[in-house]
Amino acid sequence: MHEYPGVMSSSFPKILRTLVLVLMFLVVIEVISHARADKSFEDVRCKCICPPYRNISGHIYNKNVSQKDCNCLHVVEPMPVPGHDVEAYCLLCECKYEERSSNTIKVTIIIYLSVVGALLLYMLFLLLVDPLIRKHDPYTMPLQNEEDSEDLRPHVDGAQGRGNTVLERVEGAQQRWKKQVQEQRKTVFDRHKLLS
Amino acid sequence: MDNEGFYGDHYNGVSSDDELVDISDVSVDFSEDVPPLDFSAGRCKVEWVQSGSPKLMDLLDENVPGIGTYEDFNTIDWVREKSKDRDRHREITNKSKQSTLALLLRVTDAFSGWLLMLLIGLMSGALAGGIDIAAHWMTDLKDGVCLNGFWFNHEHCCWTSNETTFQERDKCPQWRSWAELMFGVNEGASAYVVNYLMYVCWALFFAFLAVSLVRAFAPYACGSGIPEIKTILSGFIIRGYLGKWTLIIKTITLVLAVSSGLSLGKEGPLVHVACCCANILCHFFTKYSRNEAKRREVLSAASAVGVSVAFGAPIGGVLFSLEEVSYYFPLKTLWRSFFAALVAAFTLRSINPFGNSRLVLFYVEFHTPWHLLELLPFILLGIFGGLWGAFFIRANIAWCRKRKTTRLGHYPVLEVLVVTLATALLAFPNEYTRMSSSELISELFNDCGLMDSSKLCEYTGKSGKVLGNVTAVNGSNGLGDRPAGSGLYTAVWQLVLALLFKMFITVVTFGMKVPSGLFIPSMAVGAIAGRLLGVAMEQLAISHHDWPVFRGWCSPGADCITPGLYAMVGAAACLGGVTRMTVSLVVIMFELTGGLEYIVPLMAAAMTSKWVADALGREGIYEAHIRLNGYPFLEPKEEFHHKTLAVDVMRPQRSDPPLSVLRESGMTVEDVERLISDTTYSGFPVVITQESQRLVGFVLRKDLVISLENAQRYQNGVVSVSAVLFTECDPDSSPNAPPAVKLHSILDLSPFTVTVHTPMETVVDIFRKLGLRQCLVRQNGRLLGIITKKDILKHMAQMANRDPDSILFN
Repeated sequence: MHEYPGVMSSSFPKILRTLVLVLMFLVVIEVISHARADKSFEDVRCKCICPPYRNISGHIYNKNVSQKDCNCLHVVEPMPVPGHDVEAYCLLCECKYEERSSNTIKVTIIIYLSVVGALLLYMLFLLLVDPLIRKHDPYTMPLQNEEDSEDLRPHVDGAQGRGNTVLERVEGAQQRWKKQVQEQRKTVFDRHKLLS
Repeated sequence: MDNEGFYGDHYNGVSSDDELVDISDVSVDFSEDVPPLDFSAGRCKVEWVQSGSPKLMDLLDENVPGIGTYEDFNTIDWVREKSKDRDRHREITNKSKQSTLALLLRVTDAFSGWLLMLLIGLMSGALAGGIDIAAHWMTDLKDGVCLNGFWFNHEHCCWTSNETTFQERDKCPQWRSWAELMFGVNEGASAYVVNYLMYVCWALFFAFLAVSLVRAFAPYACGSGIPEIKTILSGFIIRGYLGKWTLIIKTITLVLAVSSGLSLGKEGPLVHVACCCANILCHFFTKYSRNEAKRREVLSAASAVGVSVAFGAPIGGVLFSLEEVSYYFPLKTLWRSFFAALVAAFTLRSINPFGNSRLVLFYVEFHTPWHLLELLPFILLGIFGGLWGAFFIRANIAWCRKRKTTRLGHYPVLEVLVVTLATALLAFPNEYTRMSSSELISELFNDCGLMDSSKLCEYTGKSGKVLGNVTAVNGSNGLGDRPAGSGLYTAVWQLVLALLFKMFITVVTFGMKVPSGLFIPSMAVGAIAGRLLGVAMEQLAISHHDWPVFRGWCSPGADCITPGLYAMVGAAACLGGVTRMTVSLVVIMFELTGGLEYIVPLMAAAMTSKWVADALGREGIYEAHIRLNGYPFLEPKEEFHHKTLAVDVMRPQRSDPPLSVLRESGMTVEDVERLISDTTYSGFPVVITQESQRLVGFVLRKDLVISLENAQRYQNGVVSVSAVLFTECDPDSSPNAPPAVKLHSILDLSPFTVTVHTPMETVVDIFRKLGLRQCLVRQNGRLLGIITKKDILKHMAQMANRDPDSILFN
């Protein structure tokens, strides 16, 4: 990312950018709420826990009812005690209305696994495939620069020339990023200057 | 002219500072030095500008990019950043009177801070929700898989099932353990061995993945993050620490590290994640992206957001940011932090990671009263917390120092794998260490009611047989007399083993090269200790009804002691002992439990724990890590109580070469470049002449280098013998001399100065309150030396008999 913003230009692009950002977030929130709005049948339940009573062991009852019907009389079926004892039994039971969103869980886990998979593949690529490709490239900057130069200037890419095609810019960005990571790795792992 | 010069030989006899410059009896004639401030005559017409001092911002970023930015691992100049912001605000306000568009711009500018807080809250809440869901799933992945949909964890897999029983809440046929899946057996020794093996293998796999990702993509993502964020908030710059790669990797590897069963928590890393979000979002707003001081206000708010999503405690988060993390906390930040923390908590709640609109796994809701006499065991828990805190800090710092200096530090991946292996091997057999720390705390906090079926609640009735937890015969809530059953005894000794295990493994785990927090492990240790004490007290009360202490309050048949409360107080005590939090700890705990009745026990335990821990060691864990790494952090809470003066700390000392200064006029480009290359100072004072040493201002090295390069590249005719001028107006120069380089705009005309006799207490106070990087020292009006922040830190280290060379950074 280019570090120096330069002269403060006109403010129009800034207002526009902020507005676009707000709109983007509103859209995202809409999408999320729509995704959660269509709750599937099984994402709602009323759970009643009834402790042991006399010689009846404890039991848990689940039923898919609405919130106003979430009480002992609607959920506990079949009732294990005879009619006159129902009230005493139901006083002991504790009923709770619970809902969850299985879609959110599914989407989150799948997104997470795909990100981990992508990072893993990229790491393997950088470790194995990239050095083989780079060996043929004469413009490679010596990344294995083990000299302990503390003030490694970040503007060393003058020799590369500034290619204007997208690929070359991506290449340049990737090289810069790799150098940054290498510097960070040296600081944290090798010299133990930070974060020990 | 009687200018005998500074370092001349006018001594004042046998005075104590007779090697210093003492010009008290030298009469110096200034008449030829400086033109009098004469507005009408003189060589240089000083135009008295109507509008006051020139705008700092205008001068600084006229057309030269790079002026006003900072190098990596340097400290910002708070004064400059704040005045830049004030100038910008003034400019916008003035321009807003001219057109509607400018007025709109002003309104947007004022509103942008709130919009930024909203966005930070939304983004952090969303990320925290994702982290929670993923961490729950992956933790259960070590045990088995759900056949209904692999993305469900154990609890959600059995959510719709009708097979769950009262005793085993989590049993259902859709959830298969690994032994069941691979070999079809569920009970017996072979199933146990297979489950054990799979548990260890998954733990190792997660840990290896975590540390490899950290190493390959974002080495800054390891550790807790709070010590570094504290340093950043005090003005230090660490480029890339709050960047997007660090954010991505920290989020991903946090889940992996927590799921691998290691004894670490999520809270510290969540603060780091929230600050990364804030930093990334700041790039969209120029008000914050260009000004380092304003950005740190936003980062203070973001740390409040981090704790808020970790605990579901917005107020606690704000107080944590105020007390532990932030350096400067203006009142405006207070309101905005609270807003951001609320938005984040609300977002997290709407994502609903736990399926029952609770924010945190261990939200408890009991309201049983406590008795005044119970303060004694609570204070005992506080003492335990303090002792453990002091032990943990010493042990952890010793281990981290070993990692820093010996060969242990050369094998980070191996270290993580070995620790994970040890943790997994030792944790699986004991059911209380097999479950994740959050679940353990939740179970320990839970007081035994009718609905609970855990082993900790297995009491026997009067008749002696194991009853479960209720007898309808004994009264309305049925708990009554609760002598311990056999289940409770097993649980107790398992908990003792778990306590010992956790106490020692956390020392080794915190600080490894994976994201690690320590709130949850400390709370787990305290909760176990508290629960054990609570159970002991309970059994004591039951078997000795007739003791005078219990007689009035513990009548037979009524439960008087709630071990869950003891667990809570123990957790607070241990956490306070390690981090030395006070108010924020109490507020977080009572926001976690939802009950204001327990404020007094929590406060008693927190205070005792802090006093005991402070008696054994001055610093909390984060300050200790800051000192271990040598960050240039001037501790705001530490008092400086030595009687040294500014003259003892300033540089140059007696044996050093004299101060390197620039002259206002009469230097050439070559001279300046030579001075820059000969020295490594980050700034130079500018004086009128070398003999008079009358101060004009201060100029930073980076600005000087950039301006000279710029001048040589873009200005015509600049050569090595061109003059370099720091004056405001041009002196007469010969017509065929090369054009001069005018550097008046990068000169700071108001550097802070103290005199040689200023006590160091005042100097340290000035540095802290104003956020200075350096301060010039004058004697009788003449510039004598300079004190930098690093000098102060070294001096403080020397006074405390520590190694002054441990201050590493500039």
